[in-house]
Amino acid sequence: MAIDDRDIVLASNPLADGQLRLELSVPGVHCGGCIHKIESTLSQITNVTSARVNLSTKRLTVQYQNRDAPPAIGAALEKLGFDAHLSGPAEVKSNTAVRSMLKALAVAAFAAMNIMMLSVAVWAGADSDTRQLFHLISAFIAFPALVYSGRVFYLSAWKAVRHGTTNMDVPISIGLIITYAMSLYDTVTGGEHAYFDAATMLLFFLLIGRTLDYMMRERAHSAINGLQKLIPLGVDHIRQDNTVVHISTDQIEPGMLLQLAAGDRIPVNGIVESGRSDIDLSLVSGESEPVHVHRGSSLVSGALNLTGPFILRASAPASGSYLADMIRLMERAEQSRSGYTRLADRFAALYAPLVHLTALIAFGFWMFFTGDPHHALTIAVSVLIITCPCALALAVPMVQITAARRLFDAGILIKDGSALERLNEIGSVIFDKTGTLTSGELSLLNGNQIDEHEMLIAASLAAGSRHPYARSISAYWRKQSDTVLQVQEAAEVAGSGLEGCIDGHRYRLGRNEWASECATNQTTKSARGSVLTREGQIIAEFDFEDGLRPESLEVVHELRRHGLPLTILSGDAKENVSQVAAELGVDDYHWGMLPDEKLRAIETANFDGQKPLMVGDGINDAAALAAAHVSIAPASTTDVGRAAADIVLLKNSLIDILTAIRIAKASKKLIHQNMSFAVLYNLIAIPFAFLGYISPLYAAIAMSTSSIVVVMNAMRLNNSKAEKQTRVHA
Amino acid sequence: MTNSYLFLIPISLVLGGAGLAAFFWCLKTNQYEDLEGAAERILFDDPEKQDSL
Repeated sequence: MAIDDRDIVLASNPLADGQLRLELSVPGVHCGGCIHKIESTLSQITNVTSARVNLSTKRLTVQYQNRDAPPAIGAALEKLGFDAHLSGPAEVKSNTAVRSMLKALAVAAFAAMNIMMLSVAVWAGADSDTRQLFHLISAFIAFPALVYSGRVFYLSAWKAVRHGTTNMDVPISIGLIITYAMSLYDTVTGGEHAYFDAATMLLFFLLIGRTLDYMMRERAHSAINGLQKLIPLGVDHIRQDNTVVHISTDQIEPGMLLQLAAGDRIPVNGIVESGRSDIDLSLVSGESEPVHVHRGSSLVSGALNLTGPFILRASAPASGSYLADMIRLMERAEQSRSGYTRLADRFAALYAPLVHLTALIAFGFWMFFTGDPHHALTIAVSVLIITCPCALALAVPMVQITAARRLFDAGILIKDGSALERLNEIGSVIFDKTGTLTSGELSLLNGNQIDEHEMLIAASLAAGSRHPYARSISAYWRKQSDTVLQVQEAAEVAGSGLEGCIDGHRYRLGRNEWASECATNQTTKSARGSVLTREGQIIAEFDFEDGLRPESLEVVHELRRHGLPLTILSGDAKENVSQVAAELGVDDYHWGMLPDEKLRAIETANFDGQKPLMVGDGINDAAALAAAHVSIAPASTTDVGRAAADIVLLKNSLIDILTAIRIAKASKKLIHQNMSFAVLYNLIAIPFAFLGYISPLYAAIAMSTSSIVVVMNAMRLNNSKAEKQTRVHA
Repeated sequence: MTNSYLFLIPISLVLGGAGLAAFFWCLKTNQYEDLEGAAERILFDDPEKQDSL
């Protein structure tokens, strides 16, 4: 759908100098040629002061003057062949989080490198004066890094402690602070060992993992924002004096008259004032058949107007619409989602007390045998340093980042690392039907039973109509032939069907009552579907169904092979749901479900400890998606659904559910390997530290090697995945 | 020996600090916003140049 140029002002942000800035997502840009084409074309439009494409984020920023005559950017982009989506004015955010992480990382890198340079000299055997000088300089360099870069960890640790919990950042923060304090004390008192290098290097390594984690979330966020929005930004309002103005959706008040064209989404709940049309509810309630509306019919926001223009009287403001209700339900569901503790934090809850206890025992042991508090403290600190969970803290995020990258390349978007962990735990799978298991688009069921000539006539009438029935007839015909007949006096009667003259005969394609109105003796065979009539006589009947996605059967079969119980929850009518369930062999299916009933079903499954995976796409699924243990939505879903789901399938194929599960399994294996390695390393290192054999040099070597081993192991996910994929395609 | 440290270490820190400052400046001026786009843009002619031709 092209951008309505009247929406441009509504989506723009005013700048200080009186100009306006507009951000658009243009998913189609992929090379320098696209950049050049877009920028040079747009900057020639009057009032446009600058146009800049960001190839990495596939976004276009346009600045223009004169809000009364906004430039026709949408039309220009369409002419160039680019599909563009507007972002709302509030959505434009700078990636400040990633930026501040990068700054912290740079400071830590600077400190770690300079201190390491000095430390190498000390290890090589500097005399005591030089060593003293170098330690002092190191202390000065390390201080700003520990304060500035380390605050990421202190804040997170403090937050956890204040809430009476613990996470990986608690032992990290304690380790960092004690290491620095002890080293500073030793430097001032002229001691031999200082661990400034270990502290800054630890900080540097940990920040790498943390920054990558932020970048992954940022990318997922911008990719989701780039997809199309469900609710239009603006709508045509008919004022009392019959003039039409374009207003923002937020300005709609109950009682206002709104003019909606074919192809528009319904912005707010309302009642049809005049006109007739067919409405597609598949994203709203899961009903696959289009619904006929006329004067007096009530409509909910988010539904799609298919065939005719009509006038809607708003019955609620935007904040009181069906869509807003669904968003509120979704937010409530998110809060009720059982608190999931990430694997690393669960591990830290066991690990941190153990390490701190060991350090305390070391202190007590040496205090008891030597009576020297300084010596005992040195040993205790070296135990803390050697066990400071550098490798452990990298063990999980490195694997998850590699996994997220592999998934992204495969067209699967994952919102955060914990979704992968949760995907490994699922005990059941719950599917939505319309648009998830099925394609969400009607297709012609009985095309092969219809005579070719009648098919040609039907396809000729159907060409150019938006109605799903007409479109599926056209699609069916296009597979056989490109030719269509010339139709005279072609007309689309909204809510009824299409008519026109071919070779001197009057043909109608549409609802039975309307198309065959001249011939009353005709018996209606099928309630749904449509008929083709010549001079009122039925010559062909068409049946449609919302067919299964081609991959649904394989996915369902494969999931069942994994021993996962399957359920279908649908808002559609019983006959449609039971047919799909029978085709897929799913026994547990429910029809006619309202959004809050779906939510309750998920909550029951959560409560029973099933840890359900919810796969759904509609507005009516959003709350269920948010409540489920983990949730997946195809990219064809609504923006509400995308916001609620943990994983979005950008390629829109359910097969990717299997890919996601496979990668999650592989990453789980690697995470376990990494954690076992980190623990093993600690088991070996602790006795040495306990006995006082660890010097700063050994600490630095041990820490780097263990971190490198963990990172390298995480990278193996790339290879194992690539192999598997080639095997699948072969 | 210690005398040479007195200027060698400050030099190394200043050079490193300059690198750090350069990185901060790049971040601040949005030079990391579009790495892929920057690589493609070197192929374009400058618009001013095109006009003068």
